[in-house]
Amino acid sequence: MTQIEEVSIEQFKHLVSARALTGETMLLNMGPQHPSTHGVLRLLLELDGEIIVNCIPDIGYLHTGIEKNMEAKTYQKAEVMTDRLDYMNPMGNNLAYVMAVEKLVDLDVPVRAQGLRVILVELQRIASHLVWLGSVGLDLAAMSMFLYCFRERELILDIFELVSGQRMMTTYFRPGGVWRDVPVEFEKAVRDFLKIFPARIDEYEKLLTKNPLFLDRMLGLGILDSATALSYGVTGPTLRASGVNWDLRKARPYSGYEQYDFNVPVLTEGDTYARYLVHIQEFRESLKIIEQALNKLPFGPVHSENRKFVPPPRSEIGVSMESLIHHFKLWTEGFPAPKASVYSAVESPRGELGLLLEGDGGPKPLRVHLRTPSFDNLSVLSHIVNGHLVADLVAILASIDIVLGDIDR
Amino acid sequence: MGVEQKLGDMGVVTTTLENVVNWSRTNAMWPMLFGLACCAIEMMAAQASNYDMSRFGMELMRASPRQSDLMIVAGRVSKKMGPVLRRLYDQMPEPKWVIAMGDCASCGGVFNNYAIFQGVDEVVPVDVYVAGCPPRPEALIHGVLTLYEKVNKEKFKDLAEKYK
Repeated sequence: MTQIEEVSIEQFKHLVSARALTGETMLLNMGPQHPSTHGVLRLLLELDGEIIVNCIPDIGYLHTGIEKNMEAKTYQKAEVMTDRLDYMNPMGNNLAYVMAVEKLVDLDVPVRAQGLRVILVELQRIASHLVWLGSVGLDLAAMSMFLYCFRERELILDIFELVSGQRMMTTYFRPGGVWRDVPVEFEKAVRDFLKIFPARIDEYEKLLTKNPLFLDRMLGLGILDSATALSYGVTGPTLRASGVNWDLRKARPYSGYEQYDFNVPVLTEGDTYARYLVHIQEFRESLKIIEQALNKLPFGPVHSENRKFVPPPRSEIGVSMESLIHHFKLWTEGFPAPKASVYSAVESPRGELGLLLEGDGGPKPLRVHLRTPSFDNLSVLSHIVNGHLVADLVAILASIDIVLGDIDR
Repeated sequence: MGVEQKLGDMGVVTTTLENVVNWSRTNAMWPMLFGLACCAIEMMAAQASNYDMSRFGMELMRASPRQSDLMIVAGRVSKKMGPVLRRLYDQMPEPKWVIAMGDCASCGGVFNNYAIFQGVDEVVPVDVYVAGCPPRPEALIHGVLTLYEKVNKEKFKDLAEKYK
């Protein structure tokens, strides 16, 4: 068994203020096992009474080696790793990955598959925001929010289960399209959700938006100005709450986002409450996108017909020698990708999720690198919590919406 | 209603002390509020409205290891997290149980690499393994009920041996 090393303050000398060494301020360890750090994040706090003087995040408690693992797998098999990266947003991670592969090998995606991808990714965004809202509520002692949000999240997970057979780690998107067509019940399930959910958002807003207890804990906390946000590379709702209109779905449209009419909620206050409002408004915008995508969804193939990259359907294998060979080659060797390097980025619920993929001519990537939004968003934390109370740190940390799987990967 | 009706007005229940102790342990087993990765979200879902684990005596997730009876290891355990996990386990008071939730905690799952413990049983003793990546909330509840079966079979004699 690994021995637990004793640590002394001397090791942290360069990180904390000089007052800590004389014992004037107190060092407090928060995490890695703490209910409001949203995972295994450790924060080393230097406190002057209740006021935070320094906040040093210590990450790596969930380091999984996902990038290296992906490099040891063929292009099809590496995809399952991306689900487990940012586990609130498996569909979005899949999308970033399959888009990178499609760019690398120059593969076309049918329109129906693109539409399905948009619907599912937006549903995932709502599910992720629901977990966010629920855990913010939980952190601020609004237990009922957690129960309500998870009630609605189950509706979305039921849709995912319908299309892919899995609740969370779906791996439904595949290079060249999606795994298989959605069942006939899909449209009704999504339409039902679209019917139910707007009233539920109103319910959340009734509970929180003007609730004086909630406002006391949220207003004016952790103010992040746009210049600092940009210099730290902050993206997503956190950036948009600081007055920067940057959303990859509008700025660099992918998967057919340019054809949908939706707004990007932007607020200028930059505090915890503004981040809450942006999240709430994004619920409504996502619903708009889902509705349009569902109305426009054409019939047709759901994956590319290029057999060099997409396995043939089961029914063909028994009758066509060529299909059998393609199937065998794809699942034993994989497909080779050219010597090139591509970057693809999607707007995940937390910000810009980018994936760099480098091919070396063989069936496995030479290098996979991920630009994950939570990592950059967390780096700004120590900047915005200084001078706040410890109790407010919980609200601020919750509001920037970090996922530790996304940070440590 | 219920037990009074069956007993008439005797006001007496005869049972063994073992049964009473095991019954009380299984009906108020508080897990530690402690999530590692993806499985933690399913653990939250199991606690939330649709699955409601409090039906099985898990009203509360305790954030402190000193107040909890059950550790649900929900997610992959990295080499950096291992010692922390062990310390948390050591801080829990006896009697204590561990459920390894999900494939990563059970055997490393898809992550057979340098960073992840190939099963949390390398760090702490595990009572019940729950398969799935991540397991559905029903699977976790089944794991909990399996643990209850195990607890209900515990004998004082064996416990005395264990803590000698």
